Amino acid sequence: MPEQTYEIEIEIRNPEGLHMRPAMQFVDLANSFESDISVGHQDVNADAKSIMQMTMLAATCGTRLKITAVGSDANHAIEALRDLVDNKFMDDPDLAVGEKEG
Amino acid sequence: MEIRKGIAVSPGIAIAKPMLIDSKDYRIPRRSILPSQRSDEILRLRKAFSTAISELEGIGSAEEIKESKIQDIFAVHMRFLRDRSFRKRIKDFISKELVTAEYAVSTILREIASHFAGIDDPYISERAADIYDIEKRLLVRLLGKRQEEVDYLREEVVILSSDLTPTQTAGFNKTFVRGFATERGGRTSHTAIVARSMGIPAVVALGDMSSEVPPECVVIIDGNRGVVVIDPDEETLKQYDRYAQQMSQFVSELDELRELPAETRDGVRIQLMGNIEFPDEAQIVLDKGGAGIGLYRTEFLYLYGGQEPAEEDHYSAYAETIRAMDGRPVVIRTMDLGADKLPHSGWHVTEANPVLGLRSIRYCLQALPLFKTQLRAILRASVLGDVRVMFPLITNLQELRQAKMILRDVMEDLDESAVPYNAEMPVGIMIETPSSALTANLLANESAFFSIGTNDLIQYTLAVDRANEHVSTLFSAADPAVLRLMRGVIQDAHKAKIDLSVCGEAASDPEFIMPLLGMGVRTMSLAPPMIPEVKKIIRSVTIEECNRLSRKIATMDSHRQIQNFLRDAATRILPETF
Repeated sequence: MPEQTYEIEIEIRNPEGLHMRPAMQFVDLANSFESDISVGHQDVNADAKSIMQMTMLAATCGTRLKITAVGSDANHAIEALRDLVDNKFMDDPDLAVGEKEG
Repeated sequence: MEIRKGIAVSPGIAIAKPMLIDSKDYRIPRRSILPSQRSDEILRLRKAFSTAISELEGIGSAEEIKESKIQDIFAVHMRFLRDRSFRKRIKDFISKELVTAEYAVSTILREIASHFAGIDDPYISERAADIYDIEKRLLVRLLGKRQEEVDYLREEVVILSSDLTPTQTAGFNKTFVRGFATERGGRTSHTAIVARSMGIPAVVALGDMSSEVPPECVVIIDGNRGVVVIDPDEETLKQYDRYAQQMSQFVSELDELRELPAETRDGVRIQLMGNIEFPDEAQIVLDKGGAGIGLYRTEFLYLYGGQEPAEEDHYSAYAETIRAMDGRPVVIRTMDLGADKLPHSGWHVTEANPVLGLRSIRYCLQALPLFKTQLRAILRASVLGDVRVMFPLITNLQELRQAKMILRDVMEDLDESAVPYNAEMPVGIMIETPSSALTANLLANESAFFSIGTNDLIQYTLAVDRANEHVSTLFSAADPAVLRLMRGVIQDAHKAKIDLSVCGEAASDPEFIMPLLGMGVRTMSLAPPMIPEVKKIIRSVTIEECNRLSRKIATMDSHRQIQNFLRDAATRILPETF
């Protein structure tokens, strides 16, 4: 598989920001991909697969984040994360994490 | 023997050996290690992580954790513990600084926590608490302070702690935990919720007590009266043993009382209502024979959940309660918290004197969107039953007028969107400050009802913080100053022909029922478990003797004298209750 690099900029629009449940969903999704994924906000770059780094970004509502994925499935990763941030956070604020984990 | 008074948050009596759980801050001294010890320390760290993870897995899968809020907390903790870069940061600190694993854990987690705490966003600054919880969990492993003590209990205990975190309580072996007593916390604290769901007694806000618990003693937790007795003397223990036995006997006996009216021997009907916090307590009020809800506290809506409650959060809680009460009155009190207690307020005021500060109705009048959201939900719910709204901490007529004006604004908004509500919903106030008690005649002109909140009224009248052990003995509903204020309020309410109730703890104090009746109180709202007992007292007295008693204590000059007199009177009336 060839190495790919994809990059997008997204805006956090759900009122509570990348808080608890959204942050978990984001990190869980990032972890389902092979690619290295980083999230940049101002001068800070965080590993999208680390809940510590992601929550420390302190992405509140209105924050713009640059997501960069490098790897064989970078394309899918970017698309999935964009979809999560743009649609799922807003659509499904009550998605129970417990249920998801089964 | 040491008797401590706190806040009763879950009813019942427990008598058992205490188990102290230290959840105070661990202070970890910096200890250096030799370079050759690095790998040992890192191994200890790894073990602590893996034990913590399997502990959490065990807890997370436990049946009783259905509350999604708590599930989320566990899920976040679990992800932190599995986060490689998180663990690496601690590992690197051990290697580079040559320190013990516990020092590294403590240092790094506190760094992260203070990072969160310093961010000016309530959602994020709250995360600091999670980090401290994770720190505690790891340190317990590393320091050998064993949480298993609680997991592997083989005998019944009551848990004494400074405060309990969700992960701690969820890990308990519930078969052997008979009750909780915590130094901090409030009615809506986590301990309170867990205790109620387990159906065991709990008392919170007891102040520092760890130093007063001798080894090998017994502790009594009285979740009905909010009392904890540490190392009771033989007589007290016997008394409580009897009380606990009577309770179970009493409960079946009192069950028969349920269908009988709360009526004095000379035929005066008294309304007994319940104070509640959560919608599911409405059923308890009904089971205990309550005639309605005289005080529905709404603070929990603001304290639980990661964000400011939305209108729907309010509405669904109110609707559930009102429907359960099926046409019986439900008095909803608007938000009664200090700005300092509101996690999402964005107010980072440090007040020198929070009880005299920006709180309750004062805060609501400044935070209009928050206030209007609640009022909108109450109004929408008002069509579902007999709903009344009550404003807390009113100190003057202007505040009442302002609050009512905002209520009218919200009504207009609802009119515009054609949302139905009860335009005649009664609007009343809490009388809990000396200023409102002294101007009750003015306030009565513009209120549909009064509810005397004895706890705050005593605190503000006597200038006593009952949680402060050095002055708490001054805190008494039987103080002549408090009684005089109450008498005035009751008379003003009668003159204005508006409803009056008493909803503070005095209304559930068996010794205080006769004076209340004697002063003219005909509606009381109390902790639901106490309803049957109070009903029994009411059914044993006549208004005539209560009046005599009330006149008698009006001539007495100290709260001790009055208290003793009331105790004697109550014991004569109903010896088996005391």
